[in-house]
Amino acid sequence: MSASAVVFYILSFFILAAGLLAVTSRKIFRSAIWLLFSLTGIAGLYFWLQMEFIAAVQIVVYVGGIVVLIIFSIFLTQQSGKDLPAPVRSRAVFSALAAGAGFALTCLLAGRYGFAPAGHAAAGADGGNMGVDASVGNIGAQMLSTSEHGYVLPFEVISILLLAAMIGCIVIAIKTKPGDK
Amino acid sequence: MNQVPLSHILFVSAALFFIGMYGLFTRRNMITMLMSVELILNSVNINFVAFNKYLYPEKLEGIFFSLFIIAIAAAEAAVAIAIIINLYRNFRSIDVEDAGEMKF
Repeated sequence: MSASAVVFYILSFFILAAGLLAVTSRKIFRSAIWLLFSLTGIAGLYFWLQMEFIAAVQIVVYVGGIVVLIIFSIFLTQQSGKDLPAPVRSRAVFSALAAGAGFALTCLLAGRYGFAPAGHAAAGADGGNMGVDASVGNIGAQMLSTSEHGYVLPFEVISILLLAAMIGCIVIAIKTKPGDK
Repeated sequence: MNQVPLSHILFVSAALFFIGMYGLFTRRNMITMLMSVELILNSVNINFVAFNKYLYPEKLEGIFFSLFIIAIAAAEAAVAIAIIINLYRNFRSIDVEDAGEMKF
């Protein structure tokens, strides 16, 4: 087993352990911190896959944005020292069973399907190393290009979505004065 | 990274997906349910990036899908937290069982 494979298994163990603790921890603040660790581990996995830009976006948006937002809302809505109620026992057992069965089925299907690289990748020497050119310049050029494989239309749609989400947040969370309604 | 087959990455992302699923089933607090949804979305992102890296190394489609999913997840989290805070103002609780006003 080479060093990079060892790194992968350590990273995936870290991600899964932190994720499991995030959904089972009884203290909500600790749960948020475990989620933070899990998301950081996923960013590490992207670094391992040599997708530096996605890893950077993952850290900036998830770790720096969403987790901080979640922690803020935890402090706004409840006492973080209090324990969450334990899940109902039968519900926990059946959820674990359902999740385990789904996981087993997915693993069976994914393990049986022989993944073969398509197109030019199959012709490449040993695969993997021949490289996506995932540099930021390349990504940006393709994202804003209007030619056949350009992504400018989804980019604009996402911009509109973000604007709509921003306005929606302000409208939902705005404080109405007790007088009007 | 040549020694690790693609299916192992898929196993990791499937495990993460079902961990999120378990959290979504067992938790009754809206913020923790939101955390489970984030885990699920992240597992999907891992899949896209891994497929892009292993199967279509000359293209960038997986990266774009991941970027768009991250953007949508950020918008979704922001709207969800606005709704949760508004709900907390009205019900003084963010437990889904307590929000039964429009149930029937």
